[in-house]
Order: sequence, then structure tokens, then C-alpha cells
Amino acid sequence: MTSIHDEEVLGKAYDARLMRRLLTYLRPYRRQVAVALGAIIAASVLQLGQPWLMKIAIDRYIASGDLRGLDGVALAFLAILVGSFILEYVQTWTLQMTGQRIMFDMRMEIYRHLQRLDLRFYDRNPVGRLMTRVTSDVDVLNDLFTAGVVSIFGDVFTLAGIMIVLMVMDWRLALVAFSVLPLIVIVTQWFRRNVRESYRTVRTWIARINAFLQEHITGMPTVQLFRRERRSFARFAEINRTHRNANVESIFYYAVFYPAIEVIGALASALIIWFGGGWTMQGTMTLGSLVAFLQYSQRFFRPISDMSEKFNILQAAMASSERIFKLLDTPATVGAPAVTPTPHSGSGHIVFDHVWFAYDEPHSVLRDVSFEVKPGQRVGVVGATGAGKSTLINLLLRFYDVSRGRILIDGVDVRDMDPAALRGLFSLVLQDVHLFSGTIATNVRLGNAAISDEAMRRAASAVHADAFVSALPGGYDHPVAERGATLSVGQKQLLSFARALAFDPRILILDEATSSVDTDTELLIRDALHVLIQGRTTIAIAHRLSTIQDMDKILVLHKGQLRESGTHQELLAARGIYYTLYQLQYKDQERATA
Amino acid sequence: MGSPFRRLLPYVLRYRRQFLVGLTCVVITTAIQLLSPWVLKHAIDDLNAGITRGKLAQYAGMLLGIACVGAVFRYLMRQIIVSASRDIEYDMRNAFFARLQQMPLGYYQGRRTGDLMSRATNDLNAVRMMVGPAVMYSANTLLVFVVAIILMMSIDVRLTLVALLPLPLVSVSVKYFGSAIHQRFEAIQAQLSDLSAIVQEALAGVRVLRAYNQQEYEVTRFRAANEEYVRRNRVLIRLQGLFYPSMTLFLGFGSLLVLWLGSREVIRGRISLGEFVAFNAYLVMLSWPMIAFGWVTNILQRGMASWKRMLDVLDASPDISDAGVTDAGGAVQVTGAVEIRNLTFIYPGSQAPVLDDVSLRIAAGQTVALVGATGSGKSTLISLLPRLHEPPPGTVFLDGVDVREIPLATVRGAIGFVPQEPFLFSDTIAENIEFGVSKDHAAARDMDTPAAAAVARLDADVESFPKGYATVVGERGITLSGGQKQRTAISRALMVDPRILVLDDALSAVDTYTEEEILARLKGVMRQRTSILVSHRISTVRDADLIVVLDRGRIIERGTHAELVARGGGYADLEQKQLLEEELAKA
Repeated sequence: MTSIHDEEVLGKAYDARLMRRLLTYLRPYRRQVAVALGAIIAASVLQLGQPWLMKIAIDRYIASGDLRGLDGVALAFLAILVGSFILEYVQTWTLQMTGQRIMFDMRMEIYRHLQRLDLRFYDRNPVGRLMTRVTSDVDVLNDLFTAGVVSIFGDVFTLAGIMIVLMVMDWRLALVAFSVLPLIVIVTQWFRRNVRESYRTVRTWIARINAFLQEHITGMPTVQLFRRERRSFARFAEINRTHRNANVESIFYYAVFYPAIEVIGALASALIIWFGGGWTMQGTMTLGSLVAFLQYSQRFFRPISDMSEKFNILQAAMASSERIFKLLDTPATVGAPAVTPTPHSGSGHIVFDHVWFAYDEPHSVLRDVSFEVKPGQRVGVVGATGAGKSTLINLLLRFYDVSRGRILIDGVDVRDMDPAALRGLFSLVLQDVHLFSGTIATNVRLGNAAISDEAMRRAASAVHADAFVSALPGGYDHPVAERGATLSVGQKQLLSFARALAFDPRILILDEATSSVDTDTELLIRDALHVLIQGRTTIAIAHRLSTIQDMDKILVLHKGQLRESGTHQELLAARGIYYTLYQLQYKDQERATA
Repeated sequence: MGSPFRRLLPYVLRYRRQFLVGLTCVVITTAIQLLSPWVLKHAIDDLNAGITRGKLAQYAGMLLGIACVGAVFRYLMRQIIVSASRDIEYDMRNAFFARLQQMPLGYYQGRRTGDLMSRATNDLNAVRMMVGPAVMYSANTLLVFVVAIILMMSIDVRLTLVALLPLPLVSVSVKYFGSAIHQRFEAIQAQLSDLSAIVQEALAGVRVLRAYNQQEYEVTRFRAANEEYVRRNRVLIRLQGLFYPSMTLFLGFGSLLVLWLGSREVIRGRISLGEFVAFNAYLVMLSWPMIAFGWVTNILQRGMASWKRMLDVLDASPDISDAGVTDAGGAVQVTGAVEIRNLTFIYPGSQAPVLDDVSLRIAAGQTVALVGATGSGKSTLISLLPRLHEPPPGTVFLDGVDVREIPLATVRGAIGFVPQEPFLFSDTIAENIEFGVSKDHAAARDMDTPAAAAVARLDADVESFPKGYATVVGERGITLSGGQKQRTAISRALMVDPRILVLDDALSAVDTYTEEEILARLKGVMRQRTSILVSHRISTVRDADLIVVLDRGRIIERGTHAELVARGGGYADLEQKQLLEEELAKA
């Protein structure tokens, strides 16, 4: 069993394997990426122009008092400003849009994959966690594309550009300025190492705080009943304190790093003044070059102090992508058949042939179940809770594959059929009706465009849903809230009948509702059921025996085995399990009417 | 900002010394930061005019010295202010949890755990950013802004005004883009939540979708929402793509004007070359406050919004407290006599009563069983005893005193409560059993941990674990079976040496044979104490002194097992039904 701790596990800060895989998502957008890179490089070059212009202004025109020349410099400066503006816009636009496109692709890929994964997978993974993969994990990656990786490229170009310009202007002074680089490397390394460590510690303690809160909020009544408030608080304060101390420790590294980089920058300026000033006095260097040098060296240190932030982005992105890829790498075991299926043309003949099944080996839910449902036959399945009734449906629709034995439909093993073709044979009416947000119409026909408005209305009125739908404002276009919150249980039930009928299936599967509805609705539902069953092979799982008494055949499941089968009268006469179940129901009904 | 702001002050003022010292550091470091262009100015002017090697060394030394002193104060500033913000975070989180501990069960039933947790972490972090880094940066920003402009003025007033010409453009565009971006951002968030809703729906309804072959349709639906999300982002990107470059552009206009006009001033001899260079350096310094301004206001806005969300919880009033305690209630020695008097109970916000005119008297030492269908009000009835929900005044009495007049600690200390779904903590079995026993009183108890476990028949299970009582049970006791969890909860209730033991269907996951053994052992331990059993099973309640049958909130039958069976009512039906079920189980 996994818990909240698992979500917080941190991977490596940089993982080449993950990064290579992430970069494959860039491939469809090579052109855009190239444009963005071009814009970044051009912008870095233009940025280098400003101090250069300052140098020219000082050395060439201010010294000689050349006003016309200054106008030229100003014009060039203006051109650089406008050029930078355009390039920066182009870069932001292409880069962020590409990021969005990639996120779009990734979300689609994850979502498609989720649609393919087995129900077994859903049994193990809570919906909330899967949603996180599609939403927040993908968003974290977006930061990587827009703020992380590519801007690092920009920074590298700027740094390289500055170094080249300095070398060209005056290689001696450039070497002087570069002499502080080893210091920067040392400080940065020290910072990176410690910050990674303390980031990790802080994340661990945040995870502990979350786990503690989660546990104590859900278990608060127990805490209060046993008067544990004071001691629980002491433990919480302890965790909270450790978290704070870990944070305070990491403040130290930041508090030292930023000023240290500034001091190194000042050291570079001081060296430039000392050596450069000396050379200026000797006349081997111009004053303008000196000023330009000072300005360039300031620009040199900015990208370096931005680094810490990008480092965190990188680390978070690695953790997210690892989770996403793990999901994408989960294989779907129920898939298309190995052999090409022949087109299906039967009439709905179902055979369960010595079927065994376990959700969780070795605890078999079905044991050696065999039965036959002939075309057009109506079969009821009864049994106590946990007898394995719903499992029959899950196997028939191939939500799961059988462990042993086989299920045949019109003589074909369901594993040799395309799942979509197989499921197209059935309409399923589930115990608790699942409605989607949309309208009444979209809930009846779902995404099936082949169902006309006319057919939809006919289906609805056949199952008595037309009356209440017409009374709703907007009729079939009446909006349905998430999970059908605004509709009554009975109305939802009728809508699900309409849905089943509109799909006009060969085989109908009913998992009967246990929820109680008022008597009028009950009568409507019962009547609608008759319409639905007419002329179709039907398998009905019944919790109330009254609904299946007139079925052609009743199967009694008990502890995973098929124990009895026959008509209502035959089974009662046998005085077996069905008889006992019947008596139990009878007691309930008696009590309900008492 | 009014009231929420005032509520923030006590937390912040507790660290006023740190903030005072920290802000002083901000002032010093900013002042020093502004000195270096000034040094540069003199250095350039002297170089232009001719200068000695010694003087040059002096300037270089000054630059380095200024940076070193500035760095020390900058270090102190961050260390002191950000640390203080972490202290405030710590205090707030403790206060938050302390408040949660006072809130009754009803409060939690109306809220999602995830939401409360997010307030204690995400929102709290936004508040911390507001009281720490935002304070630091806004002080720094403001000072740089004011002082740099003054220094620029001292060099050349006219040139300063020219340099600041684009400033209105900047503030107008910050305002325009700021609110436009904010709006788009909300639209994007709204679409993101729609997107999440689609995923949530499709994943929760996965069976229906597969059964009706709707995967492709769902993908189409998702694609549409996903595309809309990208479309809304595109609008935002266009705005952002314009915003930041236009800031650079406007600030660049300032530099352009300074370069163009300032160089003329140098030629005309109005200002020196050094002043010209220093002026440019100040202008560069100014560009940061402009950008920081928008960033800081953003943090402040988010921080205040988050603080309000935290105040929602911090200001919630605990409805169930010791407010109604009387002298008589304070002095009560609980012996275990319980009385329910004409109790009608309606959950807040609901219309229908869950309990309807229920009266019941339980003598100290008696064993009473509550029987009835799901929803008949059994669990509600017993939850009123330890005041998990608040009973109306004058309805629930312990030893003749209204429970609302007795201190909560006394009431709850007298009751050993085993809930329907026992909640275990991810700790050792021993810790879970000793959950309600404070360590200093442990020696004075007449029952030790193994003894309590033995009564609940947990001892054999624990001995089979390699680590025995030191076995960690995992989140919510996940590594234990349902029956083991229930038996741990029973041991836990026994450990507090209760006058009244309440079992809310607490043996449902235990097989009937073990159940019988536990009941027999409990009988020995509970001889002098009151027991209240809630159960669906006849086997559990058969031997009780009094059996009460509840139906839709009313007591419909009461008596001993023999009496009720003889009456042939609902209880007798229930017994027959269970006999049938037993028969079925054996089949």
C-alpha cells in the first residue's frame, strides 16, 4: 500500500535518461525550438551592444565633442532597444507556445494511456493520484521548458558573448577579469551541494508534516475521545520545529551565497580599476574601454545568481517526469487479440466454460463456474453479497481476463475478440448510475453520433423518462451537473435505461439497483424494465428476488460457485440456498411493511 | 486591509526586535550598495584628469571594502528577517493545529481533509512569503528607489527628470498588464479545474465508459478542454510576451535619453565623465525596483488572500467546549449511571430528527445493548454521550448531571469508546493500545498493555508478529486485518480504565467464536462498569441486561433477550433472519 510519503520521494537532481526522454517531446517542434534558440542568441548578442556603444560614445565622440557622432550612437542604441524588444517577444511567444503544445501532447498521451489501462490498475490507484499526473505533474514540466532548460541556453550564450567581447576589447584586462572565475566555481559548488542536501531535508519534513496532519485530521475524534490533544500537539510542534530548523539552516546558504557572489563581482571591479586604470594612465587602454569593462563585468554575475532558482525547477521536474513515465510505462494487459478477429455475426449465445477468477491471487472469487445463456433467454443471477455476481459481468465485458477456463460468445472466446467489438454487443445498466456533466441528451447517447435525436427520444419515452425530461427547463438540453447531482435516484435510473435502450444492444446486462425509490417511481422502473428486456438476451443480477421470479432461468451463486439453477418454482421446491435467500428477503419485506 | 491585517500583527510583533534589526540591516546594505557608483564617479574623473597609482589603489580598495561591508549586512538582513518569517510560520502552524484540535466532529464532516491540509501548508507558505521575503524586498526596493533618485538629482536635476520621463509609461503598463494578466490567470485556473473535473469524471466512471465503448469520445472531450486550456494560455503568453520586453524597452528609453542628452552635457562641461558613468550605474540600479514592485504586490495580494483562508479556520469557534461547566458538573465523580431524557436530536443544517423523543435509564454497572437497522440512530445516540455531537440541554445525564455541565476531560476520561471504524495511528501496536494513557500515570493503572490485549484476544496475534508489540501498524492500521484493528481499539478503550465502555458495532469483523470469547472476558473486566453495546448481531447482545430496539430514531422495543423473542416483534424477526443467515453460511 502506498501513502502520501511516496509522493514526496525525491529523485536525483539530474537524470540523463529522463532528460533524453523528455527531449524527445521537443522533436515535433524542431522548427519552433530553432526559432526560439535563434532569437535567444540574437538577443544575447544585441545585449552586448549597449556597453559597447557606451565605449564608442566616450572614446570617440565625447572626447572629440562630435555631436553628430553621438546622434548616430543614440540611433544605434534605439535600434538595439527595438531589436531586443522584438526578439524577446518572438522568443517568449515561440518558447512558451511550444511548451504549451508539448504539455498538450503529454496530457493527451497520459489520458489516452489511462483509457487503455486495465481496471485492475484502477483498483490499485486512487483517482486523485491519477489526476495529479494529468494536471500538476505536467505543469511542473512546463516550468522546465519555459523557465528552465532554455533560459539556461540564453545565459550560457550571454556569458560566452561577454567573454569574447572582453577578449576582443583588451585581452590583458579580460584575463584579469577572468581571474575571479575559480572563486565563483568554488562558491557555486559549495552552495549547490549544501542547498541540494538541505532542500532534501526540508522536503522530508514537509512530507512528515503533511502525513501527520492527514492522519490527525481524519483521526481527530479518536484524539479527542482519548484526551490526547496535549500530547499530539507536542508531537506536532516537534515535527514543526524540526522543519523550521531545517529551513533556517538552508537560509544560511542563501544568505551567504548571494553576498559572496557580489563580493566576487566587486573584486573583479576593483581589479579592473587597478589594472585597467593603470593601463589607461599609461595610454595603452582607453577610458571608454574601462567603463565598458566595468559594465560588462556587472552583467556577467547576474545569470550566475539566478542559477539556484533554476536548480530547484530542474529537481522538481525530474521528480514529476519520473512519475509520469512510470505511469506511461505501465502496460495494459487486456488488449487487442493476437489473431485477427472474424466479423461477429451471432445472436447472443453466451457460454461460461469452467471459469475461475481471482482479483488478488490466490483468493478465487469465482471457482469453476459453467453455464449457458441461449439467444433471447432471460437469466437472473442471485446470491449473497460477495458471492461473485458482479464479477460475472466484469469478465463478460472483459474488464478483467479469466484466470482459468473460457467465456464464449456465439462460439468465439472473448479473448479472441476486439474489446471494442465485444463491448458493442452489450448494454450495461449499473447499480449506481454514473452520469456525466453535460446535458440529458449527451448522457443518453454519450458520444455515439449514430443515435439520432429521434431515436434518443423514442428510447427515453419507451422507458418513461420522456415525461420528467420534458418537464425540465430546456428538455433534453437541460444541463446535468457532475454525477447528476440535481436529479433524483429514480430519474437517474430511468436515464440509464434510456441510454441502454438507445444503444439497442444484442445483450442486456442489468446490475439491479438496491437503493430505495418511492412506490410510483418503482412502478415506472419495473414497467420500463419490461420494455428493455423485450426480445434481448438478458442477464440480470438481482438483489431483490421479486424482479427475477419470472425469468427463464435463475442461477444461484454461493461463495464463488454456481450452486443451483432452474426456474423460480423449481428452486423453491428444491429447498436449497435459493429457498433460504427467499425467506430472508421475505423477512425484510415483512419488516419494511410493518 | 482592516481586520485580517490586524489579526496578523500579534504574530509579527512577537518578533519585532528581529524585524527592527533586520530592517536596519536593509537600510545599511542599501546605503552601501549605492556608494559604489559614487566611488566609480571619482575614479573615472580622476583617471580622466590624471591620477597617482596610490590613489587608484585606494579606489580599488574602497570598491572592495564597500562590497565586503555591504555583504555582511546583506547576509544579516536575510538571515534575520527570513528566519523570523520561519518562526512566524512555526507559530502560525501550531496555532492552526491547536485550533483544529478544539473543533468537534461536525466541523470535520463538512470539510475535506485535503482542503484543511492545503491551508496549513500552501496558504501558510504564501503568508510567510508576505511577512518575510516581501517585507525585505519592499524595504530594499523603496530605499533604492528614493536614494538613487536623490543621488541622481545631486548630479544633474534636468538629466534626472529626463531619465525618469518613461516612468509613467512603466507604471501605466504595470497596472494595465498586471490586471490583465491576473484576469487571464484566473480564466486559466478555471479551465484547469474544468479539465480536472473531466478527468475525475472519466476515471470514476471508467466502467461505464468501457462498457459503452466511449474511450474515443472521452478522448475527444478531453482534447477539446485541453485545447481550450492551451488557447487561454496563448492569450496569457501574448500578454506576458509583451509585458516584460516592454518594461525593458521603456527603461531602455531612459538610458537612451541619458546617453544622448547626458553625453552633450559632458561635452558642454556641465557634468564630468565620472558623473555621467555613475549616473548610468544608478539608472541600472533603478530598473530592478521597477520590476520588483510588481512582484512584491503580487506576493502581498496572494499572502493576504491566503491569510484570510487561514483565518477561516483560526477564527472558527469550537461549538463543543467547557463553556457550560457548572460547579456541580466540575465536582462530579462519574460512577457510570447514564440517563437519556426525552432526547430529540437533529443534525445542524438538517430537518429530519435522527433521534425522536428517546428516553433511557442505565444504572451503573449495567450492560445495555442497542439494536436496529442502519440509519436507526444507534451511532448518533452513543456519540452524544462523550459529546462528539452536542446534545440539546437537559437530555443526556451522567450521574444525574447534564453532560454539558461536566468538563469534557472528565466525561471523555470516564468513557472508553470503540467506534464503528476504529482509527489506528501509524505507530506501534503498543503505542496504539496505550493511546489514551498519559505516561506519568501509567504505573498507577491496574491494567498493563498485554492484559488489555488479552481481554480483546489480541495477545495471540501480537505474539505471532516478529516484533510483537513494537510492530508498526502502517497508515490507518493498514497492515492489520479488520478484526485485529477492532480488537486493538477495544484494548485501547480498556486501557483508560473507563467507568463506561461503549462498543459501536466493534466486533463486526471478528468471527463469532472469537466474539464469544471476548464477550466472556469483557464480562469479567466490566463487572463494576457500565457497558453499552451497539450491534447488528443477536449473538453480541443476547446476554445484555437490557436490549433496546431502535427504528427510525424511536425506541420500539425494550427488554431482555427472552422477553423480546417471546414478544415476536422486530427483534424476534431479526433473530430468525440471523439463524437463516448462519444456515446459509454453512451451506
